[in-house]
Amino acid sequence: MVKIHERKFVSADPEKCAGCQVCEYICSLTKEEAFNPLKSRIRVVRMNQLINLAVTCRLCENPPCVAACPRDALTQSEETGLIMVDEDKCNGCGWCIEACDYGAIMLHPENKVVFVCDLCQEQGEPQCVKWCPEEALDLITSDVLAQKARITAVKKLFQEAMKVAPTT
Amino acid sequence: MLIYYLIIDYDSAKLNGGKCLHGYAGRILHIDLTTGKTHVEPLNEEYAKKYIGGIGLGIRLLLDHSKPGIEPFSPENPLILTTGPISGTMWPTGGNGHAFVSKSPQSFGVGESKAHGSFGTELKRAGYDAVIFKGKAEKLVYVWIDDDSVQLLDASNLMGKSPAETEDAIREELGDYYIRVAAIGPAGEKLARMACVINDKTRAAGRTGMGAVMGSKNLKAIAVRGTLDITAAKPDEFMEFVKEFHERMKGPATQKYRTLGTPLNVLVHNSVACMPTRNYNNASFEGAEKVSGETMNERFVAKIIGCSSCAMRCEHMCVVQEGPYKGTMTRMEYETLWAMGPYCGVDRLDAIMKGMDLCNYYGIDAISAGVIAGFAMDCYENGILTEKELAGIDARFGNHEAMVQLIEKIGKREDLGDILAEGVKIAGEKIGKGAEKLAQHIKGVEVTGYDLRCLKTAALGFAVSFRGADHNRHGAYGFDIKGKVNRLIVEKGRGKLVKDMEDQYNVIDSLIVCKFSRGTYYKGFEDMAKLYSLVTGFDVTAEDMRRAGERINNVARLFNIREGLGRKDDTLPYKVMHLPVPDEGPSKGAYVTQKELDFLLDDYYQSRGWNKDGIPSIEKLKELGMDDLIHVVESKTGKVKKAEEN
Repeated sequence: MVKIHERKFVSADPEKCAGCQVCEYICSLTKEEAFNPLKSRIRVVRMNQLINLAVTCRLCENPPCVAACPRDALTQSEETGLIMVDEDKCNGCGWCIEACDYGAIMLHPENKVVFVCDLCQEQGEPQCVKWCPEEALDLITSDVLAQKARITAVKKLFQEAMKVAPTT
Repeated sequence: MLIYYLIIDYDSAKLNGGKCLHGYAGRILHIDLTTGKTHVEPLNEEYAKKYIGGIGLGIRLLLDHSKPGIEPFSPENPLILTTGPISGTMWPTGGNGHAFVSKSPQSFGVGESKAHGSFGTELKRAGYDAVIFKGKAEKLVYVWIDDDSVQLLDASNLMGKSPAETEDAIREELGDYYIRVAAIGPAGEKLARMACVINDKTRAAGRTGMGAVMGSKNLKAIAVRGTLDITAAKPDEFMEFVKEFHERMKGPATQKYRTLGTPLNVLVHNSVACMPTRNYNNASFEGAEKVSGETMNERFVAKIIGCSSCAMRCEHMCVVQEGPYKGTMTRMEYETLWAMGPYCGVDRLDAIMKGMDLCNYYGIDAISAGVIAGFAMDCYENGILTEKELAGIDARFGNHEAMVQLIEKIGKREDLGDILAEGVKIAGEKIGKGAEKLAQHIKGVEVTGYDLRCLKTAALGFAVSFRGADHNRHGAYGFDIKGKVNRLIVEKGRGKLVKDMEDQYNVIDSLIVCKFSRGTYYKGFEDMAKLYSLVTGFDVTAEDMRRAGERINNVARLFNIREGLGRKDDTLPYKVMHLPVPDEGPSKGAYVTQKELDFLLDDYYQSRGWNKDGIPSIEKLKELGMDDLIHVVESKTGKVKKAEEN
């Protein structure tokens, strides 16, 4: 069994994300063979022109969506951490949608069952990460995210020193 | 409050089993704002192939759906909203465009303006290639297009709100935060002639007064949600092409837009003295460094964001962090920066940003607004307007507070702002006392940031542009500024240079891809033809595309001719032809004489296959497959003959 902190999910860097929705287009094309953001597993939020971020499933530990499902239609893969939807059991009631803090699990506009990011298992790598023109998306573990945050914080703290530090 | 509720239940609404065609949605939506009736007609496939979409399709529909000589603000004047065949796909920069086309209240000829963002993509997914608004609502309404359901809703609570406030209020009211909105501001409601239509809060269909036409129809906003799938006819090859363009967009062709942005032009134009300054009194600005793209990026740019489907992103979002204009947040581009900066003699970026923010708030074209402010300042400096007439504004060139106040007055149509909101042409005539000569416009549309006295290829492009003074109908300034031709002289061949660029720009605006991406089409029409073929499944060649571009220019010309415009209107602003560049340096003494202009026009008309009066020949129309429009030419040349006989 893979240790929990090695699970990777798609995360957007708020500094880099330009809100262009290329991730939405490539996701819907990959999964549904059409350009339609309503069928994308990743969604861009533009609060205002300065605040843009793409949001998708974070493969939570003890995922609330799984816990909320009254029909046991959702399970989490022990191996990958992915949320798996049993489409025969799901009746589209939406408890999982309400439970998810990130709006990452959604009701499919046509199939009427929920759908969620599966990191493009069939393609071998998440297509949104591959296509993001800003390189704002990463397939990343929470450990590495924390490492990056620490480095950014320290850089800010030592701004002046960083300016004179050798770059190599 | 719901005032009309309409659901389209025509069979045609379910074209292709509710799925979109490749590229085209295949449907045109008609909305009569007087009666509240709507209907859908299938898109004529011949029109699609001949006029592509965007402005091309829009201008053709305008010609078909309007009677000659109608007033731009009359209910009969149709306001046409179009998408392009590429809209809704993930084509980089092309997925998101839309265009407004109508008879312009500024030029009384073709009015058209495009915008990007995420509105066009939504409209395509709702299943429309075009929406034609006619009539006038009894009171202020907005239209809510939710796929096949089209409703006119009461907008009295939105009266006086900015486009951004309107967008937020509509999303709140309809309870969907992904609804896209294109709206007019208070100036559009009050029929300011340079009013624009703004979507996504900072993206404007800016030029030629399309917001004023919308206001004349009592139409505050268009809200859209679309759920249909969009597909390309040849998906695999299309995605290969997308990938290639993603790579091209990381290259040198887009570098300017990704780094400093268009404000890079400030120092470039200033260095060759081709930046109109203080209402064309100068061609260079001593304060250029202070308002340069370099300074802007260093001090104000908080983030660069992108439109839906873009792979280059250009939108430089600026924030003013201190001083009297603290808290201002806006997008900034060269043209608008120039208009409210150098053109008014203003050397403060924070004030320029405040001016831009006000333009977005009131919903006015920021290029025109800045040029009007510069015009008012020139009138003031020449004693034509007094401080009293300006309600206490000390409108000296360079007074940043005066520039901001003038824009506010125009936006509100308050005091002299009421006359200024008519645009420089009409305002100049109303003010009189020589103000007409200070009004720098072509066909009633205010000039843009290229000094035409010393850019003579550009001067031709501006003079013949079918939507009035504009750099975006031809980009002919490129030849002059890059030194590909001698910018200070006129010679044979400039006509063809302008014509070829116009034809290409017409295709760009009809596919609706972003002009900032034009450099990535390394093979020009060949790349555009490939894109069009892969998306629509229609097999077209580079030559077909070129002909479409030429056809679009001709259909626009036919509309203008029908409305009484002609060679007399293909002219240049007064100062361009009478006030030589006074600045020391390479442009000193340059201006355009009537003889030079006539030479350029003759050369251009000849390359277009038009007669001396600038009327397309019947042979040219036949060559372009426009036989169905020969009657427009015949009605004009017939009149000319009659006049001669008399």
